[in-house]
Amino acid sequence: MSRSLLVISRQAPWSGPSAREALDVVLAGGAFDLPIGLLFLDDGVFQLAPAQNAKAVQQKDVTANLQALSLFGIDEVFACSHSLAERGLSAPDSAQPLSSEQISQMIDRYDQVMTL
Amino acid sequence: MKFAIALFSAAHAPSSRRALLFAQAALAGGHEIVRLFFYQDGVYSAANSVVTPQDEQDIAQQWRALVSEHQLDGVVCIAAALRRGVLNAEEAARYQRNAVNLDAPWALSGLGQLHDAIQDADRLICFGGP
Repeated sequence: MSRSLLVISRQAPWSGPSAREALDVVLAGGAFDLPIGLLFLDDGVFQLAPAQNAKAVQQKDVTANLQALSLFGIDEVFACSHSLAERGLSAPDSAQPLSSEQISQMIDRYDQVMTL
Repeated sequence: MKFAIALFSAAHAPSSRRALLFAQAALAGGHEIVRLFFYQDGVYSAANSVVTPQDEQDIAQQWRALVSEHQLDGVVCIAAALRRGVLNAEEAARYQRNAVNLDAPWALSGLGQLHDAIQDADRLICFGGP
């Protein structure tokens, strides 16, 4: 059986290539049909903010790539409730909000964890 | 134990040195390193253009020596490397750039190599940040 991987994405979409590169790891895993989870934590939850205007900071929009997740078979997408609340963001449709306790349990469930 | 090691920081970052010490200790302890995968700013840890002051540790050179000596599978992510201007001769020719700052024992390859290593290893150990 394939080993599962949880990718924890902690950077805002405008803070450099990290958000995109975390997503690339997830999509590559999905392309290989591997069991991959994605958790948005800390500033990573900004990737889920609605009505982003990436062009205004001369960036490419990562939102389109996020929508590709389900096409790549990535269904386990989570967001830290605490991180969302701290930043005044409401729970997004595209990610399941989890409490800190639920996050601890979920990290235990995965074979490997990578934080970017 | 079989380790896959992922590095996300440049040679001047303490985390690159920590990753190197971990790799050396793992090998000294009789463990196997199935692959080193350098991603994000980790691609700079493989660059041969790093010049370190004489009284400081040359971590990029030590990485190179470790990979050569133990014939490790040292993979640098090609997409992350191109974005950051870390190019081997082939990529420099492809994109018509003058500088070549990556060579053997490092190989440029894709994220599939990371996932492959994760599947093969008992543990994935990641190093990043400061």
